[in-house]
Amino acid sequence: MSAHTQHGSHGSMGTLMTGFALAALLTIVPFALVMGEVQISRIAMIGLIMGLAAVQILVHLVFFLHVNRSAEGGWTLAASIFSVIILVIVLAGSLWVMHNMNENMMPMPDMDHMMTLQSQQG
Amino acid sequence: MSTEVANAGEVISPIFGRLTLDWIPYHEPILIGTFAGVALGGLAVLALMTYFRLWMPLWRDWVTSVDHKKIGIMYMVLGFIMMVRGFADALMMRAQQAMAAGGATGYLPPHHFDQVFTAHGVIMIFFVAMAFVTGIMNYVMPAQIGARDVAFPFLNNFSFWMTVAGALLVNISLFVGEFGRVGWLAFPPLSGAAYSTGPGMDYYLWSLQIAGVGTTLSGINLIATILKMRAPGMKLMDMSVFTWTTLCTNVLIVAAFPVLTASLALLTLDRYLGTHFFTNDFGGNAMMYINLIWIWGHPEVYILIIPCFGIFSEIVATFSGKPLFGYKAMVYATACIMVLSFVVWLHHFFTMGSGANVNTFFGITTMIISVPTGVKIFNWLFTMYKGQVRLEVPMLWTIGFLVTFTIGGMTGVLLAVPPVDFQLHNTLFLIAHFHNVIIGGVVFAVYAAVSYWWPKAFGFKLDDRLGKATFWFWFIGFWFAFMPLYALGLMGVTRRMNSYADAAWQPYFIVAAFGALLILCGILCTFANFGYSILNRKKLACGPDPWNGRTLEWAMQSPPAPYNFPQEIHVRGRDEFWRMKQEGFTWAESYAPIHMPKNTATGVLLAAFALAFGFAMVWYIWWLAGLAFLAMIAIGIGHTFNYNRDYFIPATTVAATEAKGATA
Amino acid sequence: MTPFDATRAGAIPGLAAAQAHDHDHGAGHSSPTAIGFWIYLMSDCIIFGCLFATYAVLGGNYAGGPGPKDLFEPGFVAVETALLLISSVTFGLAMLKAEAGARGATMAWLVVTALFGAGFIGMEVYEFRHLVHIGAGPDRSAFLSAFFALVGTHGLHVTAGLIWLVTLLVQVGQRGLVPANMQRLSTLSMFWHFLDLVWIGVFSFVYLVRLI
Repeated sequence: MSAHTQHGSHGSMGTLMTGFALAALLTIVPFALVMGEVQISRIAMIGLIMGLAAVQILVHLVFFLHVNRSAEGGWTLAASIFSVIILVIVLAGSLWVMHNMNENMMPMPDMDHMMTLQSQQG
Repeated sequence: MSTEVANAGEVISPIFGRLTLDWIPYHEPILIGTFAGVALGGLAVLALMTYFRLWMPLWRDWVTSVDHKKIGIMYMVLGFIMMVRGFADALMMRAQQAMAAGGATGYLPPHHFDQVFTAHGVIMIFFVAMAFVTGIMNYVMPAQIGARDVAFPFLNNFSFWMTVAGALLVNISLFVGEFGRVGWLAFPPLSGAAYSTGPGMDYYLWSLQIAGVGTTLSGINLIATILKMRAPGMKLMDMSVFTWTTLCTNVLIVAAFPVLTASLALLTLDRYLGTHFFTNDFGGNAMMYINLIWIWGHPEVYILIIPCFGIFSEIVATFSGKPLFGYKAMVYATACIMVLSFVVWLHHFFTMGSGANVNTFFGITTMIISVPTGVKIFNWLFTMYKGQVRLEVPMLWTIGFLVTFTIGGMTGVLLAVPPVDFQLHNTLFLIAHFHNVIIGGVVFAVYAAVSYWWPKAFGFKLDDRLGKATFWFWFIGFWFAFMPLYALGLMGVTRRMNSYADAAWQPYFIVAAFGALLILCGILCTFANFGYSILNRKKLACGPDPWNGRTLEWAMQSPPAPYNFPQEIHVRGRDEFWRMKQEGFTWAESYAPIHMPKNTATGVLLAAFALAFGFAMVWYIWWLAGLAFLAMIAIGIGHTFNYNRDYFIPATTVAATEAKGATA
Repeated sequence: MTPFDATRAGAIPGLAAAQAHDHDHGAGHSSPTAIGFWIYLMSDCIIFGCLFATYAVLGGNYAGGPGPKDLFEPGFVAVETALLLISSVTFGLAMLKAEAGARGATMAWLVVTALFGAGFIGMEVYEFRHLVHIGAGPDRSAFLSAFFALVGTHGLHVTAGLIWLVTLLVQVGQRGLVPANMQRLSTLSMFWHFLDLVWIGVFSFVYLVRLI
């Protein structure tokens, strides 16, 4: 177990600083958007912030965590992709399922109206 | 905040928390009888162990062992012990339902009956099925890839003892306090602070959390083992199917168990800190718990069954005397099931009201997941086709599985149709379905695996007649016990009923109880077989390769040496041991020292404090909980200061062990 | 091993002539720690995923209590984010120094990392105390329950990382940058960067998006 096989993948000063610069930029922009109260549509703003977050997560994975196709014979990359799939299923699935359930099962604003109609008929 | 949650008028003592003498169920004759039996049995075991001076060997060779083979065997022992407990619960339920018809109340009061069905489900899934499956994977997989041990041997020992700590906590609840009365998945709001006030629900939460830590870590360990510890030359497509299924199962464990951890943690917060995740008021949503727990729960049933597919694949190939038919199809089918198992969870709650579009999606995915499973059934049939099939005991279980599991799978596809599910949801039809696949799949596979790999682990076979008797009792008992439940389910009988008014249902329940008695005979035969075979081990002794096996574990001695293989094996393809035998293999005569991990007591100590922590949290004994938690952290950190974790087995010892094995 | 043995072992089908390596536990294998720990991180990531999902589903249920705009202060979160991001970079610097074999510089950067991490935890504790004090504790509404669970779990992870960091500082001080310690530094650096990565999700999804 020689030392160099254990921890040879911590990149260089160059990658670390590139990562820092990119991460800082990708952090400052969304904060500036919110704190500066930039006037764009709400949907665009949400999309922009979440998009920037996704890009920043990629930056951290590549520059700080050194995930690439060759690390650990590609297994770190494979594990990461698999967990992203599971995360998407859990997040999107829960939102979809719970949204539909709320739509169908929660009292709606016009419920009172329906109840009145029912009691009139009954 | 905890004062809001605590029972009104409940006094919490600073020393004993809410634990008072009233919580010891001395007024319940059934429990007192059980306790007396367990105590007498336990005392007898302790006395015998002291008499034969077994305490030191037990501690040195087993409890502190990091050897994957010993840990595997200990998982199996845990599984069998807990199976007795879980099966006792099953017998009690069958007896109660056979009696409590048409106004009769039976012998179990509702609050006790509810604990019994909750404990039965929890124990059978988490501490029987999971323990068995983990034990078999632990024992067999490293040997099949030609490794000396798992990737993280200490972690393996720790994982096992955490599982034991969880199991102990469940069993403590039998005599100190009560268990949950909520069903095995503990849906809120029933399981929330408002409706489950006693310690029973907290026993449930802490025992599953503690055992869950062990399961997750063991999953990580076994994946890392397969990825990094394969013998040189063994490519992924050279691995045996059982190793493949182990990989897929552990990927599922690592991906799904965190979801269980998170959902149980949120429910715990609801109960202890008064948060509002799953409450009826303050914006909570109980359906979110049901959604989350089934995101874990569906992959969980595949966690249990996928390694069993691997077991049957090994057995079918060995006893048909030919390579497995459609190896690649088998691997891809397993991988497909692994991914698909994450997109079917809603079929457990079609009736909860997500609407037609959502139900349609999940109904279709559920039907799709049965396709790769069907592929596997055909692969096994085609392996047997034109093979020289030997009807040994493992093969009997395999054929029993093919019949039983296929029918169970088809009733599952019926339930996957949402309109049908609306009729059958929470009826005994569902109970019959999942016992059909779990007994027909998992239990049969475990029995097959035990009879198949027992000679490898101990050097002698199990008795054939008792083995066959075990199979027939289980097989016939299963059909008697669960076919009536299908019929009852179609009549609309719901699950978890303490008593029922319609006396016309009673005959079905009596037949089911008779089936349970047949299964009891099967279980008694199992232990009789173990005892008989151990006593007659000289007569039943066999060589290292009694079944004419194909995979590397049969290259080890029986029982294997601590280092498994005296030399490293270069793998050139699938079924390497078969090829080695064709080429007339022997080990080289010169041996090198072998590098091995040292045993350690850290794992069992950590688990002991985890158990104390869990018990203290259940009873609100805050000082003990704090102390136990700090002790865990201190022991964990202390362990990292030990840099001396391995040793060498000298070449002379290896040579002596191998020479002894050759003559045995 | 004599040449005779080597040829003999090589001549036997299926056997390795690799006894020379046999004394190394798992001969020919690199350490499984890195991939094992990565798999652990992925499973941890799924725990966070569930908490994010819970926040996404229940985050709008204020139960008549305060909402994000009443409670969250973007400037405060920006400072927390900066502390954690800088600590991630200083850990990277510590790793570069460790690879160069400079024990003193490694430990110095680790101390800096710990200080930034502690600053982050300090701010979070202050925020939580403040929220509970103004009646916006985790028992106020499902939204606040989900908020405290998610951000609190992240905070607990950072706290665990700090305890681990202090332990490693002691061990590097005692034994230097021996291979076992290099392995541990490398593993902790993965953990630390991973927590910074999760925080990206937290500041974007928990705070910023809800302030629009």
